[in-house]
Amino acid sequence: MAIVPNGPVLALRGISKRFGAVQALTDIHLEVHAGEVVALVGDNGAGKSTLVKTIAGVGPADEGVLEWQGKPVQVNRPHDAQELGIATVYQDLALCDNIDVVGNLFLGREILRAGVLDEVEMERRSRELLQTLSIRIPSVRIPIASLSGGQRQTVAIARSMLGEPKLVILDEPTAALGVEQTAQVLDLVERLRDRGLAVVLISHNMADVKAVADRVAVLRLGRNNGTFDVKTTSQEEIISAITGATDNAVTRRKARTGEVAK
Amino acid sequence: MTTNVDKANGGPSNGGGEGGNKASAPADANPVAKDAVTVVDPRLLVRQEGFKGYLTEFGRKMRSGDLGAVPVIVGIAIIWAVFQWKDSAFLSPKNLSDLSILLGGTGMISVGIVFVLLLGEIDLSVGSLSGLAAATLAVLNVNHGVPEGIAVVAALASGAVLGAVHGFFFAKIGVPAFVVTLAGLLAWNGLMLQVLGTTGTISIDDDSFVRTLTAHYFSQLIAAYGAATVATAGFFLAQFLDARRRKAVGVPARPLSEILVRTAVLAVIVFAAAWRLNEYKGLPLGLVIFVAVLVILDFVVRRTSYGRKVIALGGSVEAARRAGINVVAIRISVYSLAGLMAAFGGLMIASRVGSASQQAGTGNLLMEAIAAAVIGGTSLFGGRGSVWSALLGMLVIGSISSGMNLLGVANSVQYMITGGVLLAAVVIDSVSRRTQRSAGRG
Repeated sequence: MAIVPNGPVLALRGISKRFGAVQALTDIHLEVHAGEVVALVGDNGAGKSTLVKTIAGVGPADEGVLEWQGKPVQVNRPHDAQELGIATVYQDLALCDNIDVVGNLFLGREILRAGVLDEVEMERRSRELLQTLSIRIPSVRIPIASLSGGQRQTVAIARSMLGEPKLVILDEPTAALGVEQTAQVLDLVERLRDRGLAVVLISHNMADVKAVADRVAVLRLGRNNGTFDVKTTSQEEIISAITGATDNAVTRRKARTGEVAK
Repeated sequence: MTTNVDKANGGPSNGGGEGGNKASAPADANPVAKDAVTVVDPRLLVRQEGFKGYLTEFGRKMRSGDLGAVPVIVGIAIIWAVFQWKDSAFLSPKNLSDLSILLGGTGMISVGIVFVLLLGEIDLSVGSLSGLAAATLAVLNVNHGVPEGIAVVAALASGAVLGAVHGFFFAKIGVPAFVVTLAGLLAWNGLMLQVLGTTGTISIDDDSFVRTLTAHYFSQLIAAYGAATVATAGFFLAQFLDARRRKAVGVPARPLSEILVRTAVLAVIVFAAAWRLNEYKGLPLGLVIFVAVLVILDFVVRRTSYGRKVIALGGSVEAARRAGINVVAIRISVYSLAGLMAAFGGLMIASRVGSASQQAGTGNLLMEAIAAAVIGGTSLFGGRGSVWSALLGMLVIGSISSGMNLLGVANSVQYMITGGVLLAAVVIDSVSRRTQRSAGRG
């Protein structure tokens, strides 16, 4: 909605990636602006995860340029991405079931006080963080195992916020969630956008995409297959772009007009 | 967005699915809960302030399978009661004092095992490592006349280095820990026999430093009571200051009444122990060393980022790796620590027995060390447990063997009973884990 005029936070220009004999990504272009949610959709094997991995530094691209706030950058390791301000929340969340919420939020970046864990400060900061994101969980001192799937997802997203990122990538955040939990996570995505963050949302669920995304970028067989404005595009048009079912002159024209409209 | 909210409202009424009238009530309640933006979930059972809240919370924990140290404490109470009833010498000052020294050797080894279990792994080599450390010390010091200090350091270092070797093969090469340490069990036992050579058993001088470790008693009355006072006061101060700081920052803190109750329980235990020990020869140095090691390592587990990393690895290796934790380094260091503690335990046992022999570190020492950690409440499944379980578990095992010896029961029966206790402990661990899962705590 609120597209900031002064250029995208992240821009991918001509990204390509090969795995042996497979051309996983071919000449991908994508722009993400601050305060904008871009949904990345596509069928299984379309290259969504591969694309995310190139951004997150897990699997760097073979060709193409990654521009961060207008400047070309090299992202070769996950650490590089974190330094820039890119936070990635993967589908399997990577939380420790046996450790409480505070411990998980600060795992790997514990606050120390005279060389000793500063539990009080970490608990205070956790409560503050969850409050600003309006995340409702029973208590910050219960193990992750006691939380529902949606609550775990919100904790994982909150954890990515600790590094104060500018871009958050969410990989299928609502897969395997119930309806109310999905609503919770989508609310959180909207709050991230309202705080001026750029969000890349990977999803299979068109209802979710329609609910929170501003733009939809469709990947098909490792190529761009159109970028649509959610407001002016119908669900059917997006789905046909995903499946390629109507991969003909008409849809290609529509995809073009979609890009022009943006 | 609106479609989702509608669905969310429809969800519970369909899921609740009993009668149309009943189901409509939760559907109406839902939007209200949504508007109220609070961090604390309204469904959370919040503990009430004060002592009564503490009791209800305790009861709830018990029912949900979060048993903690309760089963083992109950077990110790029953064991002590039975033996005292059978033979009044059991709780005599001499027997308790001997028991407290007996705990130290195997207990040290068990502490190392606790760390390995926290990772969710196992170390079968600690028995052999402890024997090897004792042999190293005896051969260097007694046979070759190396100064005792250097011999002790060499013995401890042998444990730490060989433990790190296990860790290397497990963490870096990826060999299952069970196999690596099983190889270690055989190899280091062989090395010990080689080091001892044809001599067989080497006696350690009675006036040597190593002998003093378990032979010395602080016989002044003030020593035991002083130590008890320091422990109680230290515990109270730590808890009190923590609670005060929490209150100042505005996060939930333990109420003063709860801190007082906890301190009182601790005070009763340590002063009773001090009183019994003073009835005999006084406070044994061996016990002091053991408890000091427990306190230090408990602090490491709970209050340092290293301990947090170990526990995280026991919960989810992948999550730990993604959080930037150096998985290989932590694993190697834990196996090294287990080896170091095994060597330390081996020295304590050699100190108590007065010699290093070919039998050292064999027999059921390894099984006792692992059993103690598990009986004490450290989970075999990783990520849950406490250093103190080494002490509690050793109290159970030590009490059984000490009581059986008093009653003149044969070793055969002792082994069977200890085996039964171990099985019971693992059953409690597995069942409580399952209950915790269903109560959402596991």
